[in-house]
Amino acid sequence: MAKINGDLNKERERCSFNISELTILMDGGPEKTKERRERENIMISKKNFYDGIPEEYLSYKEKYEQAVKKSVIVFGLVRRLQEEGKTTIHNYRDVLANLLRASDVSTGFPLALHYIMFMPAIINQGTKEQQAQWLPRAWDCNIIGSYAQTELGHGTFIRGLETTATYDPISEEFVLNSPTLTSYKWWGGGLGQTANYSIVVAQLYTKGECHGVHSFIVQVRDEESHMPLPGIKIGDIGSKFALNGINNGFLGFDHYRIPRNQMLMKHAQVLEDGTYVKSRNSKLNYGAMVFVRVVIAFDMVNYLSKAVTIAVRYSAVRRQCQRKAGEPESQILDYLTQQHKLFPALAACYAMKITASKLWDTFNTVNEELLAGNLERLPEIHALACCLKAISTSDTASFIETCRLACGGHGYMHSSNLPSTYGNAVAACTYEGDNTVLLLQTARFLAKTWQEIENDGGKLTPTVEYLRTAKVRGYSHKWVNSVENIVYGFQVVCMRKIATCVQDMQRRVASGLTFEDAWNLSSVQLVAAAEAHCRVIILSTFSSEIRGMTETTSPELKQVLNQVVELYSVYWALERLSDLLQYTTINQKDVDSLRVWYEELLAQLRPNAVGLVDAFDLKDEMLQSTLGSYDGRAYERLMEEALKSPLNAEPVNHTFHKYLKPFLRGKL
Amino acid sequence: MKANKTKYDVNPDLAKERLKCNFNIEEVTFIIDGGKEKTLQRKKIEDIALNNGDSLDEVPEECLSIKERYENAVRKSCIYSNKVRREMLEITGIENYASPVLRRTADAFFKDISPFMLHLGMFVPALMGQSTPDQLAEWLPKALDMQIIGAYAQTELGHGTFIRGLETTATYDPEKEEFVLHSPTLTSYKWWAGGLGTTANHCVVMAQLYTKGECHGTHLFIVQIRDLDTHMPLTGIKVGEIGPRMGFSSADNGFLGFNQFRIPRENMLMKHAKVEKDGTYVKSARHGKLTYGTMVFVRVTLVSEMSFNISKAATIAVRYSAVRRQSELRPNEPEPQILDYPTQQHKLFICIATAHAFQLTASWLWNTYEVVMADMKKGNVDALPELHALSSCLKAVSTSDALSHIEQCRFACGGHGYMLSSNLPFLYSFVAATRTYEGDYTVLLLQTARFLVKAWEQAEAGKGVTQTVSYLNRSANSKRVNWDNTHEGIIKSFQAIAAGKIAQCVKSIRDRIKSGMDYEDAWLMTTVQLVGAAEAHCRAVLLGTYWNEMKRITKTSSENVRKVLHQLAVLYLMYWALEKTGDLLKYASVSKKDLDELQRRYEELLAELRPNAVGLVDAFDLRDEILHSSLGSYDGRVYERLMEEAQKSPLNAEPVNPSFHKYIKPLMLGKL
Repeated sequence: MAKINGDLNKERERCSFNISELTILMDGGPEKTKERRERENIMISKKNFYDGIPEEYLSYKEKYEQAVKKSVIVFGLVRRLQEEGKTTIHNYRDVLANLLRASDVSTGFPLALHYIMFMPAIINQGTKEQQAQWLPRAWDCNIIGSYAQTELGHGTFIRGLETTATYDPISEEFVLNSPTLTSYKWWGGGLGQTANYSIVVAQLYTKGECHGVHSFIVQVRDEESHMPLPGIKIGDIGSKFALNGINNGFLGFDHYRIPRNQMLMKHAQVLEDGTYVKSRNSKLNYGAMVFVRVVIAFDMVNYLSKAVTIAVRYSAVRRQCQRKAGEPESQILDYLTQQHKLFPALAACYAMKITASKLWDTFNTVNEELLAGNLERLPEIHALACCLKAISTSDTASFIETCRLACGGHGYMHSSNLPSTYGNAVAACTYEGDNTVLLLQTARFLAKTWQEIENDGGKLTPTVEYLRTAKVRGYSHKWVNSVENIVYGFQVVCMRKIATCVQDMQRRVASGLTFEDAWNLSSVQLVAAAEAHCRVIILSTFSSEIRGMTETTSPELKQVLNQVVELYSVYWALERLSDLLQYTTINQKDVDSLRVWYEELLAQLRPNAVGLVDAFDLKDEMLQSTLGSYDGRAYERLMEEALKSPLNAEPVNHTFHKYLKPFLRGKL
Repeated sequence: MKANKTKYDVNPDLAKERLKCNFNIEEVTFIIDGGKEKTLQRKKIEDIALNNGDSLDEVPEECLSIKERYENAVRKSCIYSNKVRREMLEITGIENYASPVLRRTADAFFKDISPFMLHLGMFVPALMGQSTPDQLAEWLPKALDMQIIGAYAQTELGHGTFIRGLETTATYDPEKEEFVLHSPTLTSYKWWAGGLGTTANHCVVMAQLYTKGECHGTHLFIVQIRDLDTHMPLTGIKVGEIGPRMGFSSADNGFLGFNQFRIPRENMLMKHAKVEKDGTYVKSARHGKLTYGTMVFVRVTLVSEMSFNISKAATIAVRYSAVRRQSELRPNEPEPQILDYPTQQHKLFICIATAHAFQLTASWLWNTYEVVMADMKKGNVDALPELHALSSCLKAVSTSDALSHIEQCRFACGGHGYMLSSNLPFLYSFVAATRTYEGDYTVLLLQTARFLVKAWEQAEAGKGVTQTVSYLNRSANSKRVNWDNTHEGIIKSFQAIAAGKIAQCVKSIRDRIKSGMDYEDAWLMTTVQLVGAAEAHCRAVLLGTYWNEMKRITKTSSENVRKVLHQLAVLYLMYWALEKTGDLLKYASVSKKDLDELQRRYEELLAELRPNAVGLVDAFDLRDEILHSSLGSYDGRVYERLMEEAQKSPLNAEPVNPSFHKYIKPLMLGKL
């Protein structure tokens, strides 16, 4: 192994806590850490996976072909683990997540949706017979599936989808059709050239009546020749900001027929004669959506941890400017402005991971209640998942970009891996529900809850109980600079924001507007209220969970984790000062001392910064970054990567003779 | 390839929007361009550059490999530069060769950037600014006629904004009357320069000058790096491309290292300092600060560049929002245009206003710059620190705002904004670079902060301060500004915020020194606040300048134009007031009730601007060739264009990709 950069070595010596204690704590125990590392090592030790020409040099088509090649390697490994009995249909998502995390292919995998969406759709929406028919083939990769819901002209608003599936009782088939250009399916990952099957969401018509959107299993390509089937128009949608190996596709149907039993019928059925039988519980589908959104929050933690690791390590290696005459240039990590960019992002990794884990557990509990027929907590959990998805993706995107900017010009190099990390993460701000729309869904739930509180309605669900407490208690006591008080301050802020929105809407309705128009006019503020709710949830979950988790840790670790919680809370208090000044008793003096506390916290965390990112335990193969590798050889790696450029393979590019020389001589 | 002349019907929603527009669009275009003549000249140049379709590509450039993209860009650069030198320069005159007019047409040719960009953007300006008359006579004609092609190499692998830290050396050898250029370490390699990797045969290089055993700091040298005939790198030169970047992918940003490479003494650019034959170092500039001129110039240009980029993003997002329909506002009604949602208006209208704010501020700054430069030639450099502070913070804030507004426009287009064919990712990646190049955001704001702290101390001591910080005089005496809900009142409050923050910084620094820290440490511990204070100062300048300039230029406008431009400026004031309510609460005596009123007014203003939104972006007058966007074209054929662009993907050229037989089929058969 190459020598480690001297500055980084020193940083690691300064770290006050045991790094692996923190890694184990965050994984959830030594067994979990061991298991995760084993899976990652399977991937990392795979020969020929990480070498070859870096993706960024390839053409669009070559990127796809390389992504197929690598996908097949990864999913070949999944199959091996399956044969060895190390994974089953129940835990494959965990295994896959570990493998994918270790196989940092920044262009994405064209086969990923097969596992992430196609199989889960069959599991969640297929009948027992359908599962028996399709799952074994999918599990063995005899067929490769995609998932097609969004259309060229329709996204978040699912009811607006135009693709139709019309039942023909004579042949007992559904006829799929794309009536317009805007009805073409658009975005399905792996759909363009890779998959031969897809789940298709379409408006179901039977006996002349529309029953809304349902899911269908549709074969799109011949299993042998891979040619598109007659009646299917399919292809690649073209290049994107990032994720260019993922093969997002379009799909159109020209009166394309599929057998009746290819509608997924767990929740609703069409009988042979065309009779539609409604599901007992049409809301059960929300359950799956909730899980997907929490999974996104975990993805965000993964992306952000990478970006923070890269930026913190590079900031320990990079030296810039003389702070005092005669001294050597300082490590940029010593600048308060740099700490201000990086440490809140670092704290956010821990805050989001812990919040997402806690919610994951809650959702599992609620899901069991759901299956038992108790739907009471579904609206609450749905509202929570919506805002958590929105805030975790938008915070992550902006923190990653801050990390990138903190690396100066070198953060602009693809070889830093920060541009693709941003490009990949930021896609989540608009997919699986646009963030603004999701926050408005949360706001709808909050507004309803507020009306219940005002009408003195009965019991509230746990995560909004604070609204009533805050309403009763208000904020009149003297402000105190503490984490508990900041959390309470945010609770009051959210309560007051919701109250104001509801009042405004009532005023508007009283002045003659319809409820819908009043809602629309208040939507800018409703978005802000939903964000405030999410901040309350993250801040309170993070602080209370850490309190619990550190009861049994070493005092050194407890100290640093408390500092992380404090930094995160104070950072957000300062970011949202306007709200606190409006709705609590915080005064100018409190604000000044809050700022001093913040500056002190930055200084306190400084010596442990490298330790805190090392604890994410991201191997170089996962980081794929010239700036962020464990050994800190940033400059050497930048030059090594540059030399791989095909432009450097020849001393003179042929365009010199073809274009440049005639041009310089005025002969063009 | 010829331009596609087929005219399509305009999307009916977009056509309706244009009917709704209540002001004369062309009149606003004239204002933005700076007069009717300028608009006509611009259109003429755009016709020459674009009408024959030379700017178009058959395969979208993003589908090519990095190498192919570069090669395509070289091909088009030659075509484009020929047009410039043969047809366009006659119209603009040589002094305007780098004018925004040319920039716009270059944007039509290159989604990313031309490898020749820095030849005109940095190499030629460096020659013009730093050469003696003799040097100018020798180099400039060759450079302007493009017989030689140059790059500009300053930043090194290990050194950026802190120029004094550069490691490359230029050591004078009096015996041979030559400089010996050398790169002593890996970190001393030049890194980043556009066009340097494979295109340029000359380069202006910044290096530490040593003569008679003494170091005189960084100076500029003109260096030939490749053979003019074979294009091979010269002996002693290590040059190459630095590898792929987030944007700027079609320019060959390069690295450059020297191994005891010799150049004649005359190749040091000697306008401000020279080395005589015997090695004596002579400083000829009266002021060491003269070299700041170029830096300030570039920063001023960037503010206007940001305006241009925001106007592109806003045009794309606003037109798309008029075409896109989504969700159900009222039961049983058709899906509304997404432009009807206040959340969407909140994202987009501020972008239109910002494009205007930056353009007007840039023109105002440009005039200031010219005055200061004229003074400097007369030996008066008093106004330079203020101009430097101003251009530093405006560069920082304008690039940072542009970046977040462009991303906001991209988000406002939902998933389709993620498609490269929307052009929004390109715009984002391009502008993202401006945040860190030409002086990093944070470092520049700290430079402004240093000026502000000094100005505060002067105001406190009752000495006069310069115009852009004159508000400090007021605030050094009284503490709080009473909020009044007028437009001027908002501007005054922002000045109060800036003054309050600067005062707070000064206090923090003094407290820390009292508690035993030295000045540097006290400064360091206060830097997060100092950055905030410099930003606040910049906001006050932007709000005030935009407001005053808008009022000035609309004096003779028709009533409806004046009204809509007035509304935009008010929107800008209110948007920022609402963004900074925390500061207003802390530093101006605004009440909760005032804020509620402000919020209400802001929402009304969004509704008032809504019918004119498409007209306002049409007034930017950006041709489809310049927008490069499937979502933003004038005719609004959004979905058709998305599909047409998709069809150009090389993956769609064959029904089955070879990787199926090679990889996927074996996987399906369990043979892998």
